[in-house]
Amino acid sequence: MSAIDIQGVSKRFGVTPVLHEVDLAVAAGEFVVLVGPSGCGKSTLLRLIAGLEEVSAGSISIGGRRVNELPPKARDIAMVFQSYALYPHMSVAHNMAYSLRLQRASKQQIAAAVGAASAKLGLDALLERKPKALSGGQRQRVAMGRAIVRKPKAFLFDEPLSNLDARLREHMRAEIKKLHRELGATSIYVTHDQIEAMTLADRIVAMNAGRVQQIGSPLELYDRPANLFVAGFIGSPAMNMFPATASRSQRQLRLVHGRLAVELDHDRGLVEGTALTVGIRPEHVVLGAGPLQGIVDLVEPTGLGTIIHLTLCGAALKAFSLERLSLALGDSIAVDLPSSRLHLFDVEGRRIP
Amino acid sequence: MMRSALYWASHYLLLALYVLFALFPLFWLVKVALTPNELLYSEGIRLWPSRISAEHFRFVLAHSDFPLYFRNSLIVSSATAVIVALVSGACGYGLSRFVFRGKSLLVALLLITQMFPLVMLVAPMFRLLAPLGLTNSLTGLVIVYTAFNAPFATFLMQSFFDGIPRELEEAAMIDGATRFGAFLHILLPLTLPGIAATGGFVFTAAWSELLFALMLISSAQASTFPVGLLSFVSKFSVDFGQMMAAGVLALIPACLFFLFIQRYLVRGLTAGAVKG
Repeated sequence: MSAIDIQGVSKRFGVTPVLHEVDLAVAAGEFVVLVGPSGCGKSTLLRLIAGLEEVSAGSISIGGRRVNELPPKARDIAMVFQSYALYPHMSVAHNMAYSLRLQRASKQQIAAAVGAASAKLGLDALLERKPKALSGGQRQRVAMGRAIVRKPKAFLFDEPLSNLDARLREHMRAEIKKLHRELGATSIYVTHDQIEAMTLADRIVAMNAGRVQQIGSPLELYDRPANLFVAGFIGSPAMNMFPATASRSQRQLRLVHGRLAVELDHDRGLVEGTALTVGIRPEHVVLGAGPLQGIVDLVEPTGLGTIIHLTLCGAALKAFSLERLSLALGDSIAVDLPSSRLHLFDVEGRRIP
Repeated sequence: MMRSALYWASHYLLLALYVLFALFPLFWLVKVALTPNELLYSEGIRLWPSRISAEHFRFVLAHSDFPLYFRNSLIVSSATAVIVALVSGACGYGLSRFVFRGKSLLVALLLITQMFPLVMLVAPMFRLLAPLGLTNSLTGLVIVYTAFNAPFATFLMQSFFDGIPRELEEAAMIDGATRFGAFLHILLPLTLPGIAATGGFVFTAAWSELLFALMLISSAQASTFPVGLLSFVSKFSVDFGQMMAAGVLALIPACLFFLFIQRYLVRGLTAGAVKG
């Protein structure tokens, strides 16, 4: 297993820039997830690492060796594609054996490696089938099998689960995590699904518009988003956000948005008149106690809990509660937005500590 | 949805009418070829003669130049099909997989070549080939046919390559193949039906080409079969029986060829490559 080091990597397609000076160091054996909306450049970054595209600037090293100029075959990495990209004219066994055959491995070696991989993935009964005779989940497994037979320096995953239905996706997610624990393989995983990102990653790289927005552990990104983009992208239901101005009443600093005012327990380095954005996660909105009065607009039971849409002094707000609340439309309820739970962002969208 | 019996009846009736319409000339060809000369004009128009014989076939095979024409046609058509498949396969792959400077210009040029009526080009072609000694030669015909068929075949091949997901090659290259290896192991087997179809198309086009064969070839030694057919038309008479017998024999290679490639023409070989 090898570390992957990305330094100042940029990519342009013609004159269109898609990646801006990306820096990322992936430790050997680490599971890193690139997450972001479509078009943010995450797949392009993965393809650059694989060697399927050429970098416009910067350098990529795998296992301490610069690979910028190396073709994909010389980089010793494996990739699982969103479409699986199984070779349709080859059986499952041949699909998995292809890379080993190219390496001119002996028949015994190939049989052993394919056997081990298929046993691990439960593909033993399918080895002679062609891809078109497989279900989506089975194809996905074969794609994984093809990647693991060759023991590469690193695994790249390009949205490998997005063609599966929700139930299977959850199942395969757990399998990938288990597989990673067993193999200890350096992995870079691209997804637009934040649940996949949160559950799989040792570290998440949140990307938007070709730039890295934040790199950190899943809970770091969730608890302390570095900017408005990360705050809005990670978490479902999404974080409530509203613009506000800091103003002082008596001793305390208050954040004012129209008729809504929230008191801060300490100043956090703000001065009066500062314009900012206030965020609070729905599950941190306290219902049934507090100084504010909310009107219930909509109740969405999810089974696990309830999402309550409120109007709070003219502002729209979502709350999430694990309680089975008996609320009806138009009900009035006491609400608190605890000062310690507030995320504050400056006008540029950066987090105010 | 359930269709009524009437729907299906008219469905098949229309199909049958069309098949009858399309195949009738073929039937007539065989019928005349088998009709002995003395019955050809004496029996009037009948669907089937009262007696059949193979005399025309025997004559054509034993006493005419037809076997020579047949051999010439076979050489020209096969060579053209193979060369065009190679050239247009390579061009189609390039157009399908790469972005390069002047690509759209090249595509436009390829299209423009298809716009001229061939008659316009006969004279310049002759002027070009004569000093090179390529008139009256099968090589000359192969060159001309290749030039005329390659652009269209290139577009055909490009569309076949476009139908194969790029990710398959990318997966192969990550698995350790070179670009050429990925082409050889992955793309080629999957586009074989397309290559076979293109080859068949070009073979048939060259097999039945008359205009250039007539203009560029004057010796019987280098005549192809469509030109040879004309030799059954003399100044004073047309020997329909022999001409039709030659026509029936000329159908054989085309039929054999399609019989051979039809298993590659089976669709759905790529099903299951990607999600589905």
